[in-house]
Amino acid sequence: MSVKQHQITSFEAQPLDLKNRRNERLVRFFLGWVTMLLILPVLLILGVLIYKGSPALSWAFFTEMPRDGMTAGGILPALIGTLWLVGVALTAAVPLGIAAAIYLSEYAPDNMLTRIINLAIINLAGVPSIVHALFGLGAFVIFLKPLTGGTCILAASLTLAIMTLPVVIVSTRESLQAVPRQFREACWSLGATRWQTIRKVVLPNSISGILTGVIIQVSMTVGETAPIMYTGAVTYVAFLPESFTDETMALSLHLYNLAFVMQDVPESLPFGVALALVGVVLTLNSASIAFRMHLRGKKKW
Amino acid sequence: MGALREESAQRGIEDRIDAAWVWDRIAKAVIFIGGISAIVFVISIFIFVAKEGLGFALFDLDKSQFFGSPAWRPTSEPEPQFGALALMAGTASVTGFAMLIAVPFSLGSAIYISEFATGRKREYLKILVELLAAIPSVVWGFIGLTIMNPLIIQVFNVPVGLTILNAGVILGLMAAPIMTTIAEDALKAVPDGYREAAEAMGATRWQVIRWVVLPSAKKGLVAAILLGVGRGFGETMAVLMASGHAINLPTSPFDSVRALTATIASELGETARGSEHYKALFTLGILLFLVTFTINLLADILVRGRKGKKA
Amino acid sequence: MVEQSKALAPLEKVRVRNLTIRYGDTVALKDASFEVRENEVFGIIGPANSGKTSFLRAINRMDEMTSGMHVSGEVIFNGKDVSEWRNLYALRSRIGVVFPLPVGLPMSIYQNVAFAAKLRGVKKKANLDEVVERCLTRAALWDEVKDRLNSLGSLLSGGQQQRLTIARALSQEPELLLLDEFSIAVDPVTTMRIEDVLKELKSEMTIILVTNLVQQARRLADRTAFFLNGEVVEVGDTAELFKRNTKDQRTTDYLEGRFG
Repeated sequence: MSVKQHQITSFEAQPLDLKNRRNERLVRFFLGWVTMLLILPVLLILGVLIYKGSPALSWAFFTEMPRDGMTAGGILPALIGTLWLVGVALTAAVPLGIAAAIYLSEYAPDNMLTRIINLAIINLAGVPSIVHALFGLGAFVIFLKPLTGGTCILAASLTLAIMTLPVVIVSTRESLQAVPRQFREACWSLGATRWQTIRKVVLPNSISGILTGVIIQVSMTVGETAPIMYTGAVTYVAFLPESFTDETMALSLHLYNLAFVMQDVPESLPFGVALALVGVVLTLNSASIAFRMHLRGKKKW
Repeated sequence: MGALREESAQRGIEDRIDAAWVWDRIAKAVIFIGGISAIVFVISIFIFVAKEGLGFALFDLDKSQFFGSPAWRPTSEPEPQFGALALMAGTASVTGFAMLIAVPFSLGSAIYISEFATGRKREYLKILVELLAAIPSVVWGFIGLTIMNPLIIQVFNVPVGLTILNAGVILGLMAAPIMTTIAEDALKAVPDGYREAAEAMGATRWQVIRWVVLPSAKKGLVAAILLGVGRGFGETMAVLMASGHAINLPTSPFDSVRALTATIASELGETARGSEHYKALFTLGILLFLVTFTINLLADILVRGRKGKKA
Repeated sequence: MVEQSKALAPLEKVRVRNLTIRYGDTVALKDASFEVRENEVFGIIGPANSGKTSFLRAINRMDEMTSGMHVSGEVIFNGKDVSEWRNLYALRSRIGVVFPLPVGLPMSIYQNVAFAAKLRGVKKKANLDEVVERCLTRAALWDEVKDRLNSLGSLLSGGQQQRLTIARALSQEPELLLLDEFSIAVDPVTTMRIEDVLKELKSEMTIILVTNLVQQARRLADRTAFFLNGEVVEVGDTAELFKRNTKDQRTTDYLEGRFG
């Protein structure tokens, strides 16, 4: 009895307690490795891409037209084409996405409509990319043919814009909501209209957060393949696009063609394109992350 | 004093509609249009995809063949066959295999990052996971084709490496980072007070996670898995390139299969607009849309609750 | 409009009639009726959650921007119900507000004070300069900040920020100034300086002063209202109230510090 009492009141480790500690260390170790196993293969894969792709990279690779039925030469038209696609898609998606985010953050009451909008945004992000492609084909290539003239940069970019719209909306809404409500109230009480408050106080203080979202959107747009396959991107064109009613090559589709569709392509070529693609995407994302960290360091409130 | 007040009086600061008021109204209207644009787009996606495919799906398509037969021979003469069973099996098997990998890995990583890792380490892991999620699907497909394929042939001594196994692993690696991020958000949303209360009672970290954190984050974690399934289901390029693209009712992970998405992507270019084949591909699109819509709806109901509770 | 306000009882600036404010199912203020006279300091005292802040928010119709807040009854400002103003923003531009915690907008000190004038379309640099200097001087802040007008307003100390908020409110040239527990985050010295400023301002505008400090109401207010749990218990001459000439025992109890 007295021994038992002693055990209860002392701070010595109980057998059960020891077992728990051991379990905890085990779990921690195990989960740490799970995390590593998720990340390591991808790092390995990146290593292989760099190892096999870097010999192909040269100044000429980026500045020359493809030659010999695309089995040699550079990727200039695909690069320029991707720039076109991204540029036009951004022009369409960014203003619309920001407007949608402003509505949700500044105006939307807590009602059914707002809930449906949120659901629509999730669905827009969740609809398979090939369904976006079917939509782009049906809407921009066929239905709006008088406007777009069929498959072209505009049709492909609009498809991309709608597909990536949720990215802009969600990141913009987040940075708008990070502006404290008291700033809005102070502004309103000075007699500023809602719009004046948004334009002079809310937007200027969230612009950098919006920008990080836009960078992510660019990175996503660069990599998408399925939505542009049948809306404006083609396997090969002998000239660089000159307006948004032209068809164009694109980096992502170029990789698909070199690797999957065409025969007898020297191995280094698709590896070079893949490396370039991954390089662009990871650089953009790292820039966005660095930018975000930098911002966190210098908040004004 | 008073200069401004006089000026204001001249400018009609009394209760009168002024330019700022008008601009406010205009801005509100424009922003509202932006606000409902997402709804408009989701509806238009359905309308435009249905416009090309729904008539065919409802009246011309043999439904028992579509859901019951593995024979997808859209161009055979004189009687094309539109059996999508093998395609559905292909999508299901690849997605299922991917989830076998992605679910334990993403939940494990999410728990590690959210509950065990601290400070710098946590930041770096989060950044790495975010970067992983950014790699484009066509690059993943390329990796399946050029790296995984020979690897599988060598390791398992099989004739073909473009199989369920290959596409499943690739898809798993693709979906895991996104699922990790969503799951981590769900874990983070569990109030610290719960953890502290349990720890104050002498529970170890793992006990706190096991008995307090995981149960209260359950809905969010299920939503993360659902969204991962949705993503696997809808993935196109990677599955097209890594699965072997052979119409097949699979019996083992070493079989090649063909997915619904991949079928649309690879065949749409060969079809004439308005042909049965073309309409059949749009029918597959309708199916994909409806399934992903349902998955997203379920995830949303799980996260937000049935009634319009605040997010 | 001018004719109309002359026709009214000359002293009345704000009249409240049967004002009830709800947040969802919670009643913040119940059936309040009283008036605030022109050029007086009208004090409002009472413990937390008595509906004081809600009342201020009803005057400049902040309820329309607050989800769940619902106002019924009348708040008549210059002889006209505030809910009848078509241009809500014009109404607000005539009412200055100072919040419990100072809110320096995330822009420079100069921009903070010039903001209201700019909203009203004042563009000339010289005019804006004049507004900024005059208002900062009146708020007893000019000497401390005149050499760094371009630095961020939100980087000032709490006391300075609160005076900046007052300068900003003055830049509206308001007819009515609403102060909501302005001294909560401010040191005693700054509090005294702001109180001196308020005494001077009284000749130019009507001031409604919500305060958690009974003695502050005693020092500044001409008349004082006592709010308790959403009920206006009593409105009376400040001097009389503090002589314990109260109509309601609860007022005396509160003034003597027995609760709240």
